[in-house]
This record gives sequence, structure tokens and C-alpha cells, in this order.
Amino acid sequence: MTLDEIFGLYNYWVVICLMMTGFYIVIARKNLIKTVIGLNVFQTSVVLLYITMGKVTGGTAPIIPPEIAAQHGEHHEHSTAHSTAHSTAHMTADAPHLDHATEHGHEAVTPLTQHADHVHQTASAMADHSTELIYSNPLPSVLMLTAIVVGIATTALALALIVRISEDYGTIEEDEILLIDQRDSSH
Amino acid sequence: MIEFLQYHLPVLLIAIPLIAAPLAVLLSNRYIVQSLALAVCWTTFGLAIWMVAIVNQSGPVSYELGGWAPPYGIEYRVDQLNSFVMMFVSGLGAMVLTYSPYSLKAEIPLSQHYLFYPMYLLCMTGLMGMCVTGDLFNVFVFLEISSLSTYALISLGRTRRAPLAAFQYLIMGTIGATFLLIGIGLLYQMTGTLNMADIAEQLEAQRLVNDGQWAGSRTMLVAFAFLTVGLCIKMAVFPLHTWLPNAYAYAPSVVTAFVAATATKVSVYAFIRVVFGIFTPQFAFELLPLDTALWSFSLVGIFLASIAAIFQQDVKRRLAYSSIAQIGYMLLGISMADVDGLSAGIVHMFNHALIKGGLFMVVGCFVLRLGSVQMDDWKGAGRTMPWTSFAWVLGGLGLIGVPVTCGFISKWLLLTSAIHNELYPVAILMLISSLLAVVYVWQIVEVLYFEEPSEKAKHATEVPPLMLLTTYTVVGANIVFGVWTTYSAGLATKAAKALLEGGSL
Repeated sequence: MTLDEIFGLYNYWVVICLMMTGFYIVIARKNLIKTVIGLNVFQTSVVLLYITMGKVTGGTAPIIPPEIAAQHGEHHEHSTAHSTAHSTAHMTADAPHLDHATEHGHEAVTPLTQHADHVHQTASAMADHSTELIYSNPLPSVLMLTAIVVGIATTALALALIVRISEDYGTIEEDEILLIDQRDSSH
Repeated sequence: MIEFLQYHLPVLLIAIPLIAAPLAVLLSNRYIVQSLALAVCWTTFGLAIWMVAIVNQSGPVSYELGGWAPPYGIEYRVDQLNSFVMMFVSGLGAMVLTYSPYSLKAEIPLSQHYLFYPMYLLCMTGLMGMCVTGDLFNVFVFLEISSLSTYALISLGRTRRAPLAAFQYLIMGTIGATFLLIGIGLLYQMTGTLNMADIAEQLEAQRLVNDGQWAGSRTMLVAFAFLTVGLCIKMAVFPLHTWLPNAYAYAPSVVTAFVAATATKVSVYAFIRVVFGIFTPQFAFELLPLDTALWSFSLVGIFLASIAAIFQQDVKRRLAYSSIAQIGYMLLGISMADVDGLSAGIVHMFNHALIKGGLFMVVGCFVLRLGSVQMDDWKGAGRTMPWTSFAWVLGGLGLIGVPVTCGFISKWLLLTSAIHNELYPVAILMLISSLLAVVYVWQIVEVLYFEEPSEKAKHATEVPPLMLLTTYTVVGANIVFGVWTTYSAGLATKAAKALLEGGSL
């Protein structure tokens, strides 16, 4: 393993460290609150794992920057207007941009030359505006939003249970609780 | 209308209880909420039966959630296996809820009743969701929905140990679920998709590219390990079972009956899906020695848990240990990885749900009249509560696996499969382990019928007819399905064949 690989996997090292730390706390700590903290650290490491796998090197957030979106709109009008000159297949030239996809679908069945023409135009447009833009994969982040919500629910429930345990036993140390239980059952 | 319903059936199974749950909190009147929950549970059961009929008539059903096509959208996919599991989960859910009113009144403060029903419905939503979905991440979400509501339900128990048991289960359960999440993440990393069928295809494609070799992808092995261990915690497989006895023992009787009958079975289902639907049996059993690992853990678990059960004075705890042993039989069936073995595993899920659900319902009846789960207090109750006691005998026979009960069917299939696979030691050990079941069931029968009545038992009266009726329906079903196996073993065999021969999903 070269040094590059070791540093390239930096995030994963952190994930593993956090994961094992959290896991160890859960197993080793007898204080109920600390157990919950350990559980949270453990869950957080998984969040980091997902986020890391979604990140593309040099990639940005998967939101189209406003200026490019605007330019794309202009270009689109331009290109459709341009193609109308060529063919009657583009009678829908004044359709809103949202129809771009369906329009594109229609074009697939138009004669090959026109299609090529359009592809050329699109390609040059892409070169103008968006080739330098790489987006990160948004899906893992979205999944983690759900996982975080689940984590919060779990933590809330765990804390609520601890409150009740503390009211009933007067302590949140697992050893002491087990002692109290043993004393109860021996009577 | 019928067509519309039929088209949306897979999602209705989830949506109805899910929507009813918050509605129940808002209504907050005990009687209204109770009737709502009952109506919802029976409707869901009805729809689940319809689903089984549809799947058996015209094959697997795929439903695109929100109209987004898979693999990008979430797909609900119902085939023989999960329609079968959904049917008995919703069936027992409805049955236990019908049985519940008297027992709840005795065990949960009236002011909390309207909160019990939403939790129950949410738990059912989660379990049904885990079955119906074809999306791995969805499995995690539904698993957490069912788990969180189960923790809350368990903490409703009468003693102060109930919240503690719930807390311990929460810690174990969350670790299990997080393991599952890690496994799903790693699989996503390898395949770029969360749809189970699509993951299976991608893995197969990768394998073909590598000349049929399972690409030495360590990530896949790690993913499989995380998924297996995570689900094993939720199934309470032997070394990871520590949460189960306390959780079952201190939860309210109704909750124990429902959770014991359904929750672990659904995790077993998810495990079957992961092994046979996503990874293949070749990967799990030939490349990895999962079969050997499973049957050795299962056998050790069966013996240790059965022996532990014999020494329990607390009847609920005794049955809880027995549950751990019974999970062993299911895994034993799965580890055989042939049609007989797998159908034995699947049908035992169903049979054990009936048996354990029934027995815990009997325990609930005794708790209502005797106010105790200690064997000493049950002494001689056979004289004052003859019907309830006889239900125990019937259920117990099923648990042992006496012929003419459904427990016999699953053990018979398992035995055939073990002999077929030339695993003679396994077959012999399985028979011996049944003797242990005889011991822990018989001890209770002896206490009920052949001891002088205890103070509590002398003054006990028979439980209300509604509880008897529902208990006998479930216990009776375990005799019915022991004789008439078209809709238990028959469906399970079909499901097993579809899993093994149909390849991926």
C-alpha cells in the first residue's frame, strides 16, 4: 500500500476509528447515557461512510448553478429556433423548456442528418457551459437524511426510557440497577 | 373500483395501518381507537389474503411507488414468499388484537391505551413493509419503524424492569440495524443501486465478467457479513440472543404474543431474501461456509436455549428461551439450501408463529386470572381454568412436534432434508432436542394438572369467552394446519421452489 493510497483513504480511516470507538463505548460503558452517546458516535460513522462514497473528486453539489441554468434556457430557445429553419418536425419550437425531454424524444425518429445536426449543437452547447461541471452523487446524502431522522428517533426513545429507569431505580448505572434487581428477586 | 384496489394492493397493505396510527393518536378516545385498530388489522389481513390469491394466480406483482420505474424508484415486489409471510403476520396481528382488550385493561393503565394502539399499528406497518418492499434501504427504514414501536410497546410492561428490558433491546436492536445499514451502503458502493433484483443482476453481471469467479471483491464479503450479523441480532440467533428473554418476559402479555409471533419471523424472511434473492446460495454456501456456520450455531442454540428453558420458573421467560431454540430450527432449514430444507424453514416460520402466538396468548389468560407468570402460582390451575389449561396442552404438543400438529410438519420436512443431505448427526441431534421441548412443556402441564392448587389458583375463574375463542382459534389452527397443509407447507414449498429455481427474485 503506497502512501498515496493511505492518504487517499483518509475518510475511511476516520470512519473505522469512529465506528470502533462508538462500538467500544456501547459495549464497555455501564452508564446508560454514555451507552447512548456511544450509539450516536457509531451511527455518525455510518453517515460519514455514506457521504464519503457519494463524493466524486472535484464534484460539486448536485445543483445546477443559476447562471448555467439561465444560459441553458437561452441556448435551448436558440437551438430550437435554429432547427425550425431546417425542418417542420420542430413545429413546437415555442414550447416551454420543460418539454425539452419529450421534444428530444420526437427527434429521435426524425431523419438521421437532422438528428446528427442537433446532437452537434447540443454537444457544442455542453462544451460551452457544463463540461467542467462534475456533480457528486446526491443519493447517499439523501439516504443519510433518513438515517439521521431514524437516529434522532432512536436517541429520543432511548433517553425517554432512561428517564423512566432513573425514576424507578434512582440510578442510571447498569451495575447498580442489576444489583437492585438481584436484591429484589432474592427477597 | 376492484381493479383500482387490486392495482394498489401492495402499497395499501402498508398505507392503511400507517395512516391509521397517527389518526388513532388524534382521536384519543379509547373505544374509538380500539375499534379503528381492529378494523384496520382485519382489513389488512383481508387484503393480505387477497394478495396471496393474486400472486398464486398470476405470479409475482411489481408495484412502482409513486409511479417511478425501478431501479430508480422504490419498487414493491410481492411474490409467493413475502405474500405468505405478510398473510400470517397480519393474521396474527389481527387475532392478537381481537384477543387483547381484557388483558390490556389488566396490564396497561387505561390512560395509555390510546397510545398502545398506534404503536401496535406502527409495528405492524414496519413488519409488513419489510416484507413487501423490493428496495434494500426501505428494508432498513421499515425495520426501524417496527423496532422503535416494539421498544415502546415493551416498555409499557407493568414492572420497572420493562423499561430496562426495552432499553437493552434498543441498544442491541440499533446496533443490528446499523450493521444492516453499513451492509446496504457497501452493496450500494459496489453496484450503484438499492433495488434488490437490480443488485442481484449487477452482481451476476460482475461475476460473468470475471469468468464466473466471484470477483475477489472483499467489499462484497464485508457487506454480506454486516447484513448477516445485523439480521442475526434481530432474529436472536444463539450467541446474539441476549436481548430476547428480558424483552419477552417483561413486556405486557399482548405485546409478547404479537412480537414473539411476528417480529423475529420477519427478520428471518429478510435474511432469506438477502441470501437467496440478492447474494446467491452459491455465494453464501459454497464460497462462504455459511451453511456450516448456520447449522452449528443453530444446533448449539437449540440445545443451550432448550436447556435454559427447562430451568426457568417464569413461564414467559421459559417460552422466550424456547423461541430462541425454535429460531434455530428455521435457520437449520435455511442452511440446507434445498427445496425441502428451505420450505421447512419457511413453513416453520408460519407454524411457530401460530404455536408461540397461541402459547403466549394462553400465558396472557393465566396472567389475567392469576396475576403471575411464576410456575408456583400456576399450580393446580387446571382445575379452575380447564379450558385455558387445555389450550396450553394443545399448543405445547405443537411446540414439541407431535404428529397431527403443525410443529410435526416442519420437523418432518427438516428431517427429510437433513437425511437427504446426509447430515445424519444433525438429524439425530434434532430428534434429541425435541425431547428437551417435551421436558419444558410437560413441566408446566404437570404443574397445571397434578399439583395441589395454589392460593391464587383456588380462586381463579375461567377467562372471558372472547379470549378463549381467539386463543382456541390460534391454537386450533396449529392442529388444522398439521392435517391440512395445502395453504401452509404447500405455499411454503412453492415459495422455496421459486426462490431456488427462479434464480434472483
